[in-house]
Amino acid sequence: MDFLVFQIPALTAQAILDGLLLGILFALIAYGMALQWGVMNIINIAQGELVIMGGYIAYFMYQAGIHPAWGIFVSPVIMFFVGVIIYKLVINKVVDRDMFISILATFGISILMMQLMNFGFGSDVVVAQSNFGTTMLFDNSVTLPNSKIFSAAVSILCAIVLTIYMKKSKLGRAIRATAQNARAAKILGVDTEKVYASTFGINAALCGVAGALVAITFTLHPYVGLPYTVRSFMIVIVAGLGNLPGVAISGMSLGVFEEFADYLLGTEFRIATVFFLLVFILLYRRFKLAKKREYLK
Amino acid sequence: MYAFTKKELYICGAILLFLLAAPFIFANFKLQLAFMLILIVLAMTWNIQGGEMGYNSFGNIMFFGVGMYLCVSMQIGTYFPLAEWTESGGEKTFVHEPDQYFKGLGIGLMFAAIVPPIIAGLIGYGILGLRGHYFAICTLGIGIASGELAGGIELIGAGQGMTAPPFPKGLGDLETRGQFLYFLCFALLIMTFTFIRWLYTTKFRLVLNAIRDNEDKAEAMGIETMRYKITGWMISAFFCGLAGGLVGTMVGYIEPVEVAFDGREMGVFMVLMTILGGKGTLWGPIIGAVGFHIFKESFWTLFLGWQYVALGVLIIVIVVYFPEGLMGYLREKKPEWFGEIVDDKDRKAQISLD
Repeated sequence: MDFLVFQIPALTAQAILDGLLLGILFALIAYGMALQWGVMNIINIAQGELVIMGGYIAYFMYQAGIHPAWGIFVSPVIMFFVGVIIYKLVINKVVDRDMFISILATFGISILMMQLMNFGFGSDVVVAQSNFGTTMLFDNSVTLPNSKIFSAAVSILCAIVLTIYMKKSKLGRAIRATAQNARAAKILGVDTEKVYASTFGINAALCGVAGALVAITFTLHPYVGLPYTVRSFMIVIVAGLGNLPGVAISGMSLGVFEEFADYLLGTEFRIATVFFLLVFILLYRRFKLAKKREYLK
Repeated sequence: MYAFTKKELYICGAILLFLLAAPFIFANFKLQLAFMLILIVLAMTWNIQGGEMGYNSFGNIMFFGVGMYLCVSMQIGTYFPLAEWTESGGEKTFVHEPDQYFKGLGIGLMFAAIVPPIIAGLIGYGILGLRGHYFAICTLGIGIASGELAGGIELIGAGQGMTAPPFPKGLGDLETRGQFLYFLCFALLIMTFTFIRWLYTTKFRLVLNAIRDNEDKAEAMGIETMRYKITGWMISAFFCGLAGGLVGTMVGYIEPVEVAFDGREMGVFMVLMTILGGKGTLWGPIIGAVGFHIFKESFWTLFLGWQYVALGVLIIVIVVYFPEGLMGYLREKKPEWFGEIVDDKDRKAQISLD
């Protein structure tokens, strides 16, 4: 099969470029997950559902006649509040507990959101047309939808803004302090409860931006959230917490890998490859660490 | 095996009598009752590695699904070409004679019991090296991946699924079928309960608890933890596979994502029931499964289409407010029921400290 890849360089170039642009978007979602994993020590299974919900906000703007690209400003604002509400209702009760409890609780949130979206927004596959046109490269052999380029650019911009915000602002410093040592931060007057709430909100807002980008580049459906969660989880465990360049690189690699799997195995196995890759990566890390008599922590 | 205490003997005897009489008293709910017994089996076996060993798995649904597919395909495949069966609703062309039906079911259940533990043994060394949440997420991935994979295999009906052989016509009506299946499930439950009750009196349980409490220390004490972990998982897989085979025969129609590898329903139910009843106890999962099933069967129809919403809320409420389960709650309130010696003075002293 790999012969096919080399015989048709245009397809290869297409897959790589598609994968890179896609991967940057994945990296943005993973950045949010890494943020709240690092700060609150919670793995949010509902991450993908937050993305899809953000996407539906952009889709409804499109339905109302507004260009869906404006969704990148509207949906993070709404999603921030959704995130804070979820935090106040559920997450703050599981923050300090066993990690499995939080996984199960967010799994419940994920099922709940999935089903509420199914009722509220219908179970059809929907698309928000951006009408950005396409860019042709290499003598028209490679076509790139401008919406993908736009989404990658917005993702990068978002990540940069957030990184600067984390470094400079007061809240950003409080968040980083809490991540390092929640107890010490509390003693020094940081309101950790507020920090947790805003971290979860920021994560949801990032998911909102990513969702709006997903809406204009891909399709939306209430049940496709879980693969986004798994992708971001994979990216985070490969890159490690608090390693932004690593997140970007592993995100892009994942995107390229997925595009190739898509071309070589067929689209129907795309989701299966994602889940198998998750198992493979975990096992790879496990056996590598086992040589040093350690395990994944 | 420790002998039953007198109180336990009465309870077990009463339950046994009730379960023997139940299909005749509640004749209309035979299959629901059979399903409840299966849920008890699933919860009890999830508890072995989830509660006793501390390895919270979302992936036991894989053994359940594999058992289901194996049982039905062996039952068909022993006598008829499987590919033709799945291709065009084979139950119309090929008819199992009563003799063939029961022999086939026996062979199918045998495979459903043997193969899942083998799979568990093969992947166990890799997967059980992961700990905590990494194990949970990895098994979640495995459960979903196996569903996607089963949906790609043409021989077993791919995404469309396949039908299980119908109960032979000559033997009787639905009544008889219901009773037959009920008592199969009943036998499975008795087998599971006796085995697990015995298992919990051995050193094996202590080792599993040691792994749960501190794996590194258990290893330092000279226990080969990996061997015990794999054995624990294989035991779970054995009963999950059998339960899957029975459910496949009961439901009569197998589909990869909604029935066999249904991580969103059955896979979570196992965990939920165990937590509801109390992890790491013998009776907790049983109480949890019964309570959950009764709640589900009586209120599910009320929600009408909102079942998954109710399920989501239920998960959140149970996990957030009752993480210790019913047994944990009782243990805190009535420690003397669990054989703990309570010193009243000491207790009062503790309360006044708060």
